[in-house]
Formats: sequence, C-alpha cells, structure tokens
Amino acid sequence: MDLDPFVLSRIQFAANITFHIMFPSITIALGWILLFFKICHNMTKDEAWMQAYFFFTKVFALSFAIGVVSGVTMSFQFGTNWPGFMEAVGNIAGPLLAYEVLTAFFLEATFLGIMLFGYRRVPSWLHTLATVLVAVGTTLSAFWILVLNSWMHTPDGFEMIANENGLLQAHVTSWWEVVFNPSMPYRLVHMLLASGLTASFLIAGLSAFRYLRGDQSFAVRKALCTAIMIAAFLIPLQILAGHEHGINTKHHQPAKIAAMEAAWETTKGAPLVLFGLPNKETRSNDYAIEIPYLASLIVTHKVDGEIKGLNEFEHIPPVTPIFFSFRIMVGIGMLMLAVSWLGSYFILRKKEFPKLYLYALIAMTFSGCFATIAGWYVTEIGRQPWLVQDVLLTKDALGPVTGGMVFSTLMMYLSVYAFLTISYVTTLFYLAKKAGDGSGRDPEKQVIEGAERHANMIKAD
Amino acid sequence: MIEQIFAEGYWLPYTFAFLMGLSMLIYSILDGYDLGVGILIIDAEDEEKDRMIASIGPFWDANETWLILGVGLLLVAFPMAHGVILTHLYLPVAVMLFGLIFRGVAFDFRAKVPKEKKSRWNHKFFLGSLLTALAQGYMLGAYILGFQDGWSAFFFSCLIAVCVAAAYCLIGACWLIMKCETDLQKKAVKWAKFFLLFSILGLAAVSITTPLMSERIFEKWFSFPAILALLPIPLTTGILIIALYVLLRHMPFPKDQYCWLPLVMTVLVYILSFVGLAYSFFPYIVPDQMTIIEAAAADDSLLIMLFGALIVLPILLGYTALSYYIFHGKATELSYD
Ligand code: HDD
Ligand code: HEM
Ligand code: HEM
Repeated sequence: MDLDPFVLSRIQFAANITFHIMFPSITIALGWILLFFKICHNMTKDEAWMQAYFFFTKVFALSFAIGVVSGVTMSFQFGTNWPGFMEAVGNIAGPLLAYEVLTAFFLEATFLGIMLFGYRRVPSWLHTLATVLVAVGTTLSAFWILVLNSWMHTPDGFEMIANENGLLQAHVTSWWEVVFNPSMPYRLVHMLLASGLTASFLIAGLSAFRYLRGDQSFAVRKALCTAIMIAAFLIPLQILAGHEHGINTKHHQPAKIAAMEAAWETTKGAPLVLFGLPNKETRSNDYAIEIPYLASLIVTHKVDGEIKGLNEFEHIPPVTPIFFSFRIMVGIGMLMLAVSWLGSYFILRKKEFPKLYLYALIAMTFSGCFATIAGWYVTEIGRQPWLVQDVLLTKDALGPVTGGMVFSTLMMYLSVYAFLTISYVTTLFYLAKKAGDGSGRDPEKQVIEGAERHANMIKAD
Repeated sequence: MIEQIFAEGYWLPYTFAFLMGLSMLIYSILDGYDLGVGILIIDAEDEEKDRMIASIGPFWDANETWLILGVGLLLVAFPMAHGVILTHLYLPVAVMLFGLIFRGVAFDFRAKVPKEKKSRWNHKFFLGSLLTALAQGYMLGAYILGFQDGWSAFFFSCLIAVCVAAAYCLIGACWLIMKCETDLQKKAVKWAKFFLLFSILGLAAVSITTPLMSERIFEKWFSFPAILALLPIPLTTGILIIALYVLLRHMPFPKDQYCWLPLVMTVLVYILSFVGLAYSFFPYIVPDQMTIIEAAAADDSLLIMLFGALIVLPILLGYTALSYYIFHGKATELSYD
C-alpha cells in the first residue's frame, strides 16, 4: 500500500483539531456560566447555586484537562508535519501564537488551580476573581487563535518578500490589519456563540438526565432552566451571525459559498438546494430537491441576485463534504431553536417538563459539539487547496516526513482519541448518576476532610 | 561571545535564544518535579498516591505551559530551525505527546471515575509520566549528537533518556520532602538518595560525551584560558551534589527544618548543567548545522513579541508566585468544594 504523507498528515491534523475543538467549545462558555452560578450564589446566598457550581466545575475540570493535552498536541503538529507553514508565514503566525501563550494560557492554567482547589483556602472574592480570570483566559485564547485562523482565510496587512534562498516569506505591513482582518469579527462572534450553545446544551442534557433519574433538587432545576434560557437567547443571534458570516464569505471566498450551495453554474435567482448529491463528474447535483430563488434571496437579499458557480474558479474545494457539513450545522441550529424555545415556553408558563422533552434534551447533550465540528469542516475544507488563501498551498507546507511515520502516529492518535472520547462521555454520565442517586455521596467528598483540616491549620497560625 | 552578541545589531535573535533557553530550563525544573512525582507513585501505597498527586494538583497545568512557551518561542522566533528539529524528532515527540495526554487526563479521571477504576487511572498516570520523561531525555540525547543516525547514537540517546527520567525523579523526590510529612517524607528521602546516584551517572555521560562528539565543543571547553573561567561550573556542581548526598543522609531534621533545602540544591544543579549545555552549543541552534542568526524570524516580528513578553512576564511571575503562596505548606487532599 502506498502511504501518502500528505493525505495522512491532513487526516491527522483534521483528527487532532476535531478532537481538540470539542473541549474548547465546551470550556470557553462553561467558564462564564460557572461564574454566573457563583455570582448568583454570592447575591442570593442560596446553596443550590453553589451545588450547581460544584457539579459543573467537575465537568469543566475534566473538559479543560482534555482540552489542554490535545492543544499541546496541536502546537507540536505545526513543526512535525507542516514546517512550511511557519517558514512562509511565521512572521505573522508567530507573534499571534506567542501572545496567545503569554496572555491566555498561563492565565487560565494558573488560576484554574485556584478556582478548582482554592475554595477553602482563599477569601471568597479571590475565588470569584479566579473564576473570572479563567473565563477571560479561555476567551482570550479563542480570540488569538481565531485571529490567526481568520487571517489564514482572509489574509491582510502583509507583503511577501523573498529571502536569500528565494523562499517567499510574509512580512507585516500593518498589525492592525492583520488582527482585524475582514473575517475576524464574524468568526469570533460565531465561534463564541457556538461555544455558548455547546455549553448550554451540555448542561441541559446532563441536568435532564439527573432530573429524569429522580433528582429534582433546586440545584438541578436551576442549572436546567438557566441552560435552556441561555440557549433560547443565543440561538437566534447565532443564526443571524452565521448569515452575516456567509455574506462576508461571499466577498472574500466565493468558491466556498458556491460549494456550500453546490452551485455549479453561475446563476441569477439561484435555488436553495435542500438536499442532493453533488456529482463531480457531471458537475451537477443528483436527486436535488430545490426551493427556487431562495439561495439568491438569502445571500444577496435579492430574488434575482447572482451566485457565482464553481465552474468559474480555477481552484475549487471538495464539494460534497462542505455541502453536507453545512447542512448538518444549519440543521442542528434549527433543531436547537425548536428545542430551546419549546423549553422556555414550559419554563415561562411554569409547566412541568414532559418526559419526552427531557429525553430530547439528553439526546442533544453533545449537539453543540457536532454543529461546531461541522461548521469548522465547512470553513476549513472550503479553503482548500489553500492553506493561507491565495498565499500558500497546503501541499507546499508539508515537511519531509515519510508516510509510514505519519501512519503510525495517526493510528496512535485515533485510538487514543477514541478511548478518551468514550471515557469522557461515560464519566460525565457517571458523575451525573452519582450526584443524582439521592445518597448525597459524591466521589469527591471522601477527601474533603483533608482540606478542612488544612484550612483550620491556616486559620490557627 | 559578548562582542558577537552586540555586533551588527543581532541582539534580538540572541535575546530570544536566551528567553527560549530560559523557558526550557524553567520547564525542566517545574514539570520535572511533577513528572518525577508521577513516576514515583509506582512505589507508593494507595493513600500516599493521593497525597503525592495532591501536592502537584494545582500546579501541573501551569508547569506544562512552559513547554508550550519554549516550543512556541522556537516556533515563532526560529521558524527555520523549528521544522528541522521537530521533523528529526518526529517519533519521540509523538511518544512524548502520548505520555502527556495520558498523564494530563489521568489527573482528572482518577478522581472522578468509579472507585474500582481508580487504580487503573493511577497506573496510566505513572506510565504517562514515565513515557514523557523518557521521550524528553531521548530528544535531549538526539539533540546533543546533532541528530546523528546509527546504533551508537541510538544507545546514547536511550542512556540519556533513562538519566533524565532519573533526574526528574530526584527533583520530584526533593519536592515531596518539602511538601510531605512523616512516613511519606522518609520515603521521599530514600528515593532522593537513590536517584541522586543515577543522575550523577547521567551528568557524567553528557559531560564526557559532548566534547568527544564534537571537536568544536572540545575546543570551547579545553582551550586555555577558557578552561580556567569555566572550571567553577563543574566544580560547583560536584560540591553541590556531594553536599546534597550528605544532607539527605541526615534528613529529616527535627521540627522539619531545612525541608526545602534539597529542592533548592537540586534546582541549582539543574541550572548549572543547563548553563554548561548552553555554553557548548552557542551560537548554534541546531548543533553544528544552523546558527541562531540563520534561523531567526524578521526583526519587526521579534520586536513586537519582545514588547509583549516584557509587559506580560512580570505579571505572569506575580500570579505564579500567588498560586505557590496559596498552596504553600504541607500537601493535603484536594477537593473542589
Ligand atoms: C476557538 C477556540 C480554539 C481553537 C480554534 C483552538 N483552541 Fe486550543 N484551546 C482553546 C481554544 C481554542 C482554549 C479554550 O483556550 C483551550 C481549550 C480548553 C483549555 O483548557 O484551553 C485550548 C487549549 C490549548 C492548548 C493548551 C493550553 C494550556 O496549557 O492551557 C494549546 C497548546 C492549544 N490549545 C493550541 C491550539 C492550536 C495549535 C490550535 C489550532 C491549530 C488550537 N489550539 C485551536
Ligand atoms: C478548531 C476548529 C478547527 C477545525 C475543526 C479544523 C478542521 C480542519 C480540517 C477538517 C482540515 C482539513 C481540511 C482538508 O484537508 O480538506 C483542516 C486543515 C487545516 N487547518 Fe484547521 N481546523 C480548525 C482550526 C484551525 C486553526 C485555528 C488553525 C490555525 C491556526 C488551523 C490550521 C489548519 C491547517 C494548518 C490545516 C492544513 C492541514 C490540513 O489540510 O489538514 N485550523 N482544519
Ligand atoms: C443556523 C444557522 C447557521 C448559519 C446560517 C451558519 C453559517 C455559517 C457559515 C456561512 C459558516 C462558514 C464561515 C466561513 O465562510 O468560513 C459557518 C461556520 C461555522 N459555524 Fe455556523 N451557521 C449556523 C449555525 C451554527 C451553529 C448552531 C453552530 C454551533 C453551535 C455553528 C458553528 C459554526 C462554527 C464553529 C463554524 C466555523 C468557524 C467560523 O468560520 O466561524 N453554526 N457557519
């Protein structure tokens, strides 16, 4: 068998980042929601908020740990598999990554220790502050990495200059334009909202699970209702943000939009393809179900607006995965809208949640992760064959690794990720079950006496 | 060397080489002790394991961030060397990442899974720590030899792998001497003595091999008068090691006096060894192949990073100190609430 290091490296990168992004998309917003629980407790002195805080802190800690270790893996990938990336655009990517490490990673990593283990050792305000700083840290880290990623899609503020060996390297002309490149605001907003939705549905799912198992305590109810209300508030914003994001993409990466819509010919008044099988050979869609004019209406706000077809471009990305990923993302978005609004109807009308509804929430526990991954597939595959749009081809960034080596590490990563995903999901539900079995015993409680002893010791001296 | 640094306005790349070396050194000290503790749990009772892991719980994540910073600085300040080094080390890097992944998640899983599964995660924690330490040592060995191929290079790297793991165990044991009481502390003293001997072997191997492998490095160390200026490095290291051994034989002292001293001495040994290594390789970033200047990124990019680093680093050191202050004293079990 011929092992192509290029294809394998791409699969490996895609697998790594797919695994990694599940956890940031949970932790970024979960940090803020934990802060919300903490503040509610500080203001109302209601213990239920604190119980919700402690339960989801465990979820947070676990997700955070997996996010960190998979992130470390990511940062090594650049050097081991894609050295051409840093050689060509290192002058831009470098400082952005450095700022991420300096301003975000150290902040979140250090204060996480205080947030997780410091509750009995520091004054309450410092503990709240640590929670704030962890949330700020994860959000800052998302900001920096999204600046870099957006720059790769819509590069700006640089010029290419050849070095002594004739290698073209990017040199910055304006940092302002690099950071606030055209797609950055859209991507940042869309991703932060995505994280809010991911965390909300995770909380809602786990709480519904506990609720169904008979733990209808105030802590569970509060978490459940908070999550549903947050989701109901965020989802319309997300749909709007996604829409604006798409319009922005039409200006900068029209081939990507054409691939999302599977539009082969340039047409005025293009239909929206609800479903179909894009066919590369015939350059058309098989079994297409279409709604006339709708695509033009959405993207250009005119019934007879023009959408450029794939046939016009020299480089086109793979159409089928983009087409389906986009529909998965939008589909989940619509489902989220239905479920969260139904839930807020129950809450506002003070109705009991029907059993079926709770089951639906459990089924959607990880829906945010799926939508996020699908969204990233649209974005990233839509940029191919470019690594940095119109600047660097993905294949030119590949390093001198052999197919056999990449194959062995790829197999290693895939099995580790499969194992960890299974462990993660089962552990989350185990924690929910344990917390909800009514005995009040929680796996963490057994060690609490030690911390109390220490706190007393500190007070004593 | 000093003139070279200031000649022709090349101070920026050298500053970054210094910063990168510094973060690697800090990494090897900080993550060194928590990796060491991770390896040592194999020799501890279940209840002791909990306390040992509790002693590093609040710190490990920030410790590991120094690795990201070190590799990050290599990546961002020396983009040309970064690819060369990491593609040469492709497999050991993968092994290290495998270890780091299991170690990092085992921290959390072991406290959250059903009781009967806990010991399995403890075991993964041990294996992850050991693999990480060995892989890092192997990489150091390969780097010292300038990525030569062949069996003798392989065996040399394996030897360094074992010695680095031992050095991590040493500093881990010293950390435990400071953070633990009673029986566990006595155990830690025993471990420290054992791994000190191992580490001496490693230091000797590196000190003898490095000059022999490269004529350039031999010249740097053994030419006159450089040798006189350099002599204090091995001399102080030797004295520190002997003093540490003597100290350990008498520990623990009444009222737990000087429980921090072995850790401080070990850190000093780390620093001296690092200075020796750095001296040998300067001005190369890939030994005998690529110099710091050849590998550096554009000046304006380096400047903007330096600017950020100068603002952020003091703040960072401040809150790191805060966290060590909050969790100072003997380790107790950790809990979230
Ligand atoms: C939109 C958000 C986002 C995206 C697209 C990425 N990350 Fe990430 N990353 C985070 C958001 C994040 C985070 C929220 O800050 C994490 C996740 C969980 C955590 O603990 O921090 C994190 C952790 C994290 C860490 C460990 C940090 C620590 O020790 O605290 C590293 C080294 C990276 N990431 C590196 C990367 C690289 C090289 C990426 C892309 C190629 C990447 N991340 C994509
Ligand atoms: C977090 C969400 C992300 C996801 C889910 C994601 C997903 C993907 C996928 C699926 C590919 C493969 C496309 C293909 O080969 O057809 C890819 C490519 C790539 N992406 Fe991303 N990406 C993400 C973020 C980022 C970020 C933040 C960066 C850089 C800072 C980045 C850099 C790259 C690079 C270098 C490649 C080229 C390697 C390759 O083709 O596989 N990605 N990404
Ligand atoms: C329902 C309406 C939605 C629309 C119209 C929409 C639109 C889009 C578009 C056009 C892109 C591609 C951006 C590009 O050109 O690079 C995108 C990417 C993405 N989408 Fe959505 N989206 C929707 C819902 C969602 C939901 C519910 C989530 C997650 C919870 C989500 C998460 C993402 C992510 C993470 C990306 C990749 C990052 C980015 O480029 O911003 N989207 N979305």
